[in-house]
Amino acid sequence: MIQWLQQLMEGFAKWPPIVQAVIRALLLVLPILTLVPGIIWYERRLLSWMQDRIGPNRVGNFRLPAHWKILPPGLRGRKFKLFGLLQPIADGVKLFFKEDVTPASVDRVIYFLAPALALFPAFALGATIPFGPYTLLTPVADVNIGVLYMLAISSLGVYGVVLGGYAGNNKYSLMGGLRSSAQLISYELSMGMSLAAIVLATGSLRMTDMVAMQEQPLWGMGGYGQIFQNWFILTPYGFISGIIFLVCMVAETNRAPFDLPEAENELIAGYHTEYSSMKFAVYFMGEYAAMFIFSAVFATVFLGGWNIVPINWGFLADNSPVLNGLFGFMKSMTIYLSPIWMVGKIIAGLTFYIWLRATLPRLRYDQLMSIGWRSMLPLATLNFMAVATWIFISARYGSAAGIGMWVVAGVVVFTLWRLLKSIDKGADLEVRTVKMVGGKPAPVVEVDPERVAEAVN
Amino acid sequence: MDLSKLPVKPTPELGIFLLLAGIAMASAVGVIFFRNAIRSALCLVLNFFVLAFLYFTLNCEMLGIVQIVVYTGAIMVLFLFVIMLLNLGAIQTDKDEKLDIKLPVGIMLGLGLFSLIASQIVPQMIKIQTPKAPDNFGSPQAVGNTLFSNYLYPFEIASILLLVGIVGSILLAKRRLNP
Repeated sequence: MIQWLQQLMEGFAKWPPIVQAVIRALLLVLPILTLVPGIIWYERRLLSWMQDRIGPNRVGNFRLPAHWKILPPGLRGRKFKLFGLLQPIADGVKLFFKEDVTPASVDRVIYFLAPALALFPAFALGATIPFGPYTLLTPVADVNIGVLYMLAISSLGVYGVVLGGYAGNNKYSLMGGLRSSAQLISYELSMGMSLAAIVLATGSLRMTDMVAMQEQPLWGMGGYGQIFQNWFILTPYGFISGIIFLVCMVAETNRAPFDLPEAENELIAGYHTEYSSMKFAVYFMGEYAAMFIFSAVFATVFLGGWNIVPINWGFLADNSPVLNGLFGFMKSMTIYLSPIWMVGKIIAGLTFYIWLRATLPRLRYDQLMSIGWRSMLPLATLNFMAVATWIFISARYGSAAGIGMWVVAGVVVFTLWRLLKSIDKGADLEVRTVKMVGGKPAPVVEVDPERVAEAVN
Repeated sequence: MDLSKLPVKPTPELGIFLLLAGIAMASAVGVIFFRNAIRSALCLVLNFFVLAFLYFTLNCEMLGIVQIVVYTGAIMVLFLFVIMLLNLGAIQTDKDEKLDIKLPVGIMLGLGLFSLIASQIVPQMIKIQTPKAPDNFGSPQAVGNTLFSNYLYPFEIASILLLVGIVGSILLAKRRLNP
C-alpha cells in the first residue's frame, strides 16, 4: 500500500508543474467547499446543545420500506437517523430557489462583485498552509513569505464586506461596512504583531519552517526533555501571541463577539441587508471558509501543525527498549495520517469559535476599539520586544540566561499586575462613571454604600 | 508574420507579462476616466493588485506581497472608507460643456513628463535581457540584512518620521475637553 503510494507520488512528481499546481490548489479548495455545509450543521447542533435547545435534527431521517424484498430481512422497515446532517442541503436548496431580489437603487456592478470578493480571500488564504509533510501535495505554494501572504490575503477580506455595504445603498448596510473596515484594520495590526513574535522565534516566514521549528525539543531542553515538542503555545511568548492571535482571528472573521458589522439589533442585518438568495449564501460560505482556514493557520503556527500531540515519537522509539514498536507505530501514524490530525485541530478551532458565540455577548463599538488598540496592540508589541530581547540574550550569554530572562520577566509582570490590582481595589463600588463614545465622562457621583445596599435589597 | 524578427522573443512569460501589464494599464486608465469615486478607487485597487503579480513574475515575492499588504490591504481600504464616509456618488456634469483650456495643457504637460522619464528609462531597460531577478533577491532575509546594515540610519529616520506623523495626527484629532 505504502509502496504503491510512493510510486504514485514519484509519477506525480514527473507531471508538468502547472498540472501539479492545479491539483494542489484543488486538493485545498474542494475539501473546504464540501466541508462548509458540514461546518454549518456542526455549528447549529453544537450551539443548540450549548443553549439547551434541540436544533435541526430532522432532515435526513428515513425509514426503509417494509415491503421491499430486495433488502435483507433485518433492514426492512428500519429507521435511520442522520442527526439532521442533511439540513445544510435543504437550506442550500431553499436559498437557491428563493427569489433573488436586486433592489432598484443599488450600484449594480459593485453589488454583484462584492460577494465574489468576499469569497475569494477566504479560499486563497490557505495557499501556504501545510496539511502534512508531503511537499508535493500540500502547501499550494511553499514560498518564503508564507505568513506575510496570509496577512496580505486576509486584509483583502475587508473589500467584500465594505463594498457589499456600500452597494446596497442602504444606511444600515453602509454602517455595517464602515464598522467592518475600521474593525478589520484595527485587528490586523495586532495580528501581524503577534505573528511577528513567532516569526522572530522561528527565523523564517515559511509555514513549513514554523512546523519544523515546533518539532524541536521543548524550550531547547536536552536529555529526556527531548520527549516533548516545542509547540509555540507551550512557550511563554507563544502563549501570549496565541491568545492575541485567537482574539484577532475571531475579529477578522466577523464572528461573535466581534460581529458588529452584522449586529441585528442595531443595523437590521448589517452589510448584507440588501442581499438575498444565493448572493447572501455566498457571503456565508466565505465566512465559514475563513473560519476554517484561520483555525488551520492557528493550528499551524501555534499548535504544532500536523503533529497529533507534542511528543517526539521518534526520540521515544529510539530510547525505550520495551515500547519502541508502539512508539514507532505512533510516529508513522503521525506522518501518514497527518491531514486527519490537522483537520482535528481545525475542528477544535471551529468548536472554540462556536463556544465563544454561545458564551459571550456582542461587544459595544467603543469596547471593540479599546480592546484592539489599548490591550491587544500594546501586549503584542511588548511580547515582540520580549522575544527580541530573549533572542539577543540567549545569543550573547547562552540559553540559560535566556530562560532566566523569562523567569525574571514573569516575576516582574506578576508583581506589576498585583501592584496595579491592589491600587485599583476598592474603587469599583464608590465611583461609577459612564463614558460614552469619545464623549466626556459623566460627572462622578459619590455613592453612599448604605443606600446602595438598600437599593439592592 | 515572422515571429523571429520581433525585438523580443514570444515566450509564455511575455504573454503573462502582457496580460498583467494590459490589465494594469486598463485599470490605471479607469482610475482617471470613471466619474464614480468608488469605481475609480476600485480600479486603483485592481491596479495595485496586478502590479503585485508583476513583481511575482519577476521572482520578487516579498516586494509583491508587501505591495498587497500596504497598498491594496491598508491604504486603499482607508481610501474606500473615506469615500464611503463622505458617500460620494457619480459627479453630475453637463454633456455640452465648453472645452476647458486645462485639458489640452494638461495632456501636453503629461506627455512631456512621460517622454522625459521614458527617454531616461527605456534605453537602460532595452539592454536588460534576463527577465528575472537572481535567486533570493528581495527575500525577507536579504531585505532585513540590507535595512539593518547599510541603510540603518535612513530606515530609523523614516520610522521616526512616521511616528511623528502618527503623533501629529492624534494631536490634531484630539478632542479638547476644556476649550
